[in-house]
Amino acid sequence: MTQPHSYSVEAKRKFLEQMLTIRRAEEQVIHFATDHEDLIRGHFHVYIGQEASGVGACAALGPDDYVFTTHRNHGHVIARGGELGPVLAEIIGRTTGYNKGRGGTFHVIAPHLGILQTSGVVGGCVPLAAGAAFSIKKRGTRQVSLVFFGDGVLEEGAFYEAVNLASLWKLPVVFVCENNDVARERRKGGASPSDSLAARQLTDISNAFSVPSVTADGADMLAMAAAMGDAVSKVRGGAGPVFVESRITRWPGNAGTFPALLGGDYRLDWALAPSSGPKELQDWLQHSDPVALFVRTLVANGAMSKADVEAMDARIRKAVAEAASFALASPAPKAECALEHIFAA
Amino acid sequence: MTEMTFAQALALGLTECLDADPRVTLINSSYGGLTSYRTTFNVLREKYADRITDTPISELGYCGIAVGAAMTGLRPIVALSTAAFSFEAWPQIVNEAAVACYGSAGQVTAPVVFHMLAGIRGAGAVQHSHAPQAMFCNAPGLQVVAPGSPADARGLMRTVALRSNNPTIFIDHQRLQGIKGEVDETAPPIPLGVAEVKRQGTDATIVAVSIMVPRALEAAQILAQQGISAEVVDPRTLVPLDKTTILKSVAKTGRAVVCDESQLTCGVAAELAAIIAEEGFHTLKAPIRRVGIPNVPIPYHQAEEEFITPTADKIVAAVKAVCGR
Repeated sequence: MTQPHSYSVEAKRKFLEQMLTIRRAEEQVIHFATDHEDLIRGHFHVYIGQEASGVGACAALGPDDYVFTTHRNHGHVIARGGELGPVLAEIIGRTTGYNKGRGGTFHVIAPHLGILQTSGVVGGCVPLAAGAAFSIKKRGTRQVSLVFFGDGVLEEGAFYEAVNLASLWKLPVVFVCENNDVARERRKGGASPSDSLAARQLTDISNAFSVPSVTADGADMLAMAAAMGDAVSKVRGGAGPVFVESRITRWPGNAGTFPALLGGDYRLDWALAPSSGPKELQDWLQHSDPVALFVRTLVANGAMSKADVEAMDARIRKAVAEAASFALASPAPKAECALEHIFAA
Repeated sequence: MTEMTFAQALALGLTECLDADPRVTLINSSYGGLTSYRTTFNVLREKYADRITDTPISELGYCGIAVGAAMTGLRPIVALSTAAFSFEAWPQIVNEAAVACYGSAGQVTAPVVFHMLAGIRGAGAVQHSHAPQAMFCNAPGLQVVAPGSPADARGLMRTVALRSNNPTIFIDHQRLQGIKGEVDETAPPIPLGVAEVKRQGTDATIVAVSIMVPRALEAAQILAQQGISAEVVDPRTLVPLDKTTILKSVAKTGRAVVCDESQLTCGVAAELAAIIAEEGFHTLKAPIRRVGIPNVPIPYHQAEEEFITPTADKIVAAVKAVCGR
């Protein structure tokens, strides 16, 4: 269903800028956890290696659309236009965070960007997103609702009920499944065996509910942008829901219980010459890292020079460092504020 | 003032909500349970068919959809029918709707009403007789209302569907449907967290919730014939709860019997009794008694079912016990 798309150099630079911003922000989150005692006290998840999916999806949305996401939300909020300061402040529970420190890493929202609830429970956000679409349809606006979730959501019943209702009622919702444990040779399509789902591939499930479904390479920025652009315009046109499976090869730093920066912070040299990277990252850098693949494409076809990319990265690193300082300098909530906001006024 | 049944009053409240606010939308329309009073609600389908969305048997899906719709500009009223069906939707009600406001520090609200028929309906057996009001009270962020009279059914539905911005559990009971009472259609809105003294008395306070309100009033009448003056306090809403009116009544009578048709263990009556003990102990002349369901599932056979049902007779016995009679 993906039509040929062409993107201006400006659009491509913006894609890369967002991808790098997410990458550097997530590195900062890992530094919060590793370099500070008790700054992030619980579990957390980062979006490294999945950037093309969120950037592509959010590029297709308009300002009034709704976005729902999960425990792996940081990249989605930033791709949607969330500012680094309030995002990082929220992740460490400060009052300047988007949820005033109430949500933390699993629950970052941004109501002014249409991100109303970020559910840390697998599958929780899928019915909510269908509900926003139900509201859109009842109110008769041209908005769409888009929900990001991992492949684990298809192991929960909530998904099946929500997809069935969305399809029956032709609700304007885009289901974006970020299947983030796909072997690199399977990213382009076909069967994708899984230990936890009996279906041969995830789109077999959505297809069974008569939901138009597409699989796209989650490491390919322009392919993701095209697939998401098509999906969003189809949904906005009134066709009912669409299911997009974004096939992602896991960043090796996500192998353990907590994410780890293998070989330290990401270096653009690694992107341009994967063999110069840490041994455990080389295959990923060569074949599966959306940032590395996009940087090499842009440099190879002359859209950006190596110096352009380095200058962009330097600006982003500075912005992330400033945002981290802002977050760290921000006040924590007063303990007695724990009793506030149980109910709306 | 018009005399009407509980079912008529609730139907009136629902139609008034639909008339008053175009954002009010009905997800399913099954009210009145299996009683003949269910036809009272035919008016919804006759006059507001375009405001009703009928769903497949997908409680988790449609309750979640109602929550998402409530976050984005609608005011859905969901008819779950039997309260046990809320268990199928539990994650969306208690782990999405209930926490939206708190988790967003007050930025996101979900004004959705979940209506359900709780408790012993007669032959509901082990799976269709649940009274989950205490479970919902244990999920902070949910309002729990439980009217026990026609006027409160109409008034509280109007309050939660039109004026409140929070998710609300509307606890109804099949055996309330035919209860008659006066409804003042010009009465001001019923605020949440304001109890009503349904009958004045001096010897003992009966705190009664939902279906226990008519049973408590019946008990008070029997007790009056035996020379005991019982006051009946109806909290009307469990979250928020009007502690003041309950404690004031207990301070006056010095004796308390707390009644709710749900299991006694960690139940609504347990919480009310704990509040009276903690904050009103010095006013008590006798230990508090609870009237509820023993900690068993609900049996099928009528004799067994009646044995565990908290009836007016059981309230009478409890009040006589606290009065030393």
